[in-house]
Amino acid sequence: MTHLPYLLAAYGLALVLTGWMAIGAWRRMGAARRKLMAIDPRAERS
Amino acid sequence: MEIASNAQPSGGRNLHRFANPGQFLRLSGRILPFLAVSALVLTGIGVFGGLFMAPADYQQGDAVRIIYIHVPSAWLASSAYMGLAIASLFSLVWRHPLADLAAVEIGPVGAAATALCLATGSLWGKPMWGAWWVWDARLTSVLVLFFLYLGHIGLIRAFDDPQRGYRAGAILALVGVVNLPIIKFSVEWWNSLHQPASITLTGAPTIAGSMLWPLAFCALGFTLGFAAIVTARLRAAVMERRIRALLLARAQEA
Repeated sequence: MTHLPYLLAAYGLALVLTGWMAIGAWRRMGAARRKLMAIDPRAERS
Repeated sequence: MEIASNAQPSGGRNLHRFANPGQFLRLSGRILPFLAVSALVLTGIGVFGGLFMAPADYQQGDAVRIIYIHVPSAWLASSAYMGLAIASLFSLVWRHPLADLAAVEIGPVGAAATALCLATGSLWGKPMWGAWWVWDARLTSVLVLFFLYLGHIGLIRAFDDPQRGYRAGAILALVGVVNLPIIKFSVEWWNSLHQPASITLTGAPTIAGSMLWPLAFCALGFTLGFAAIVTARLRAAVMERRIRALLLARAQEA
């Protein structure tokens, strides 16, 4: 399989990029929710 | 503060019902887990099918398996830009408060999809064409799309007054829509190394069924994944805006 390095690079890049975007979004959302609940406890309902 | 809510066209009134931040947070909080889980499952099935079940191409060999991420990311790059343009239209015409934030949050995710499309295309092009890059009409128009995303990301954050940034970014996004048909039809309008579309709305697909189903799963999974990431970023942005407003109100009271 002479194309294996290209396949690995393509799928690795996809994994890293999407993982970075997804984890970044979830961490940002979690941080915002914690901060909002610390300031305004009523926000827990949403 | 939205000062233009009374001046909106009649069609915008219904849209504003969904602009309530609390209502948005409740609704998006319910659908986000479903979006994320279905994106993971569908993409997982598609990637497994593309890597281990679909056959190698008789000409391209195993390099064809790159299409299972290249094509969905290309589809996403263009459709995300269309989403950005629609959000920009809502922002300019109806002053929809969530549309501004959506435009801010779609930009980086769309740029990442476009970067992935360009990089995986390059990784496919080297073994197939013998070159990482050629100044082909399709490749160049997608590169222009990437620069449009970068320009939008920069412009929308470039002003001290966020409203001016939203407006400038929206105008750029709407002007940039002209690039989408150029991308789509570039392989027909110019002599191109890039192959024409294998899947069209009007005709039967020219790709074998054994290769088509993993591609369909990946395309759907990528689309839902994009929706999940943008929704999570938008939820964060709405909460951050509420935090700023609350802190400002407290500072003014003190």
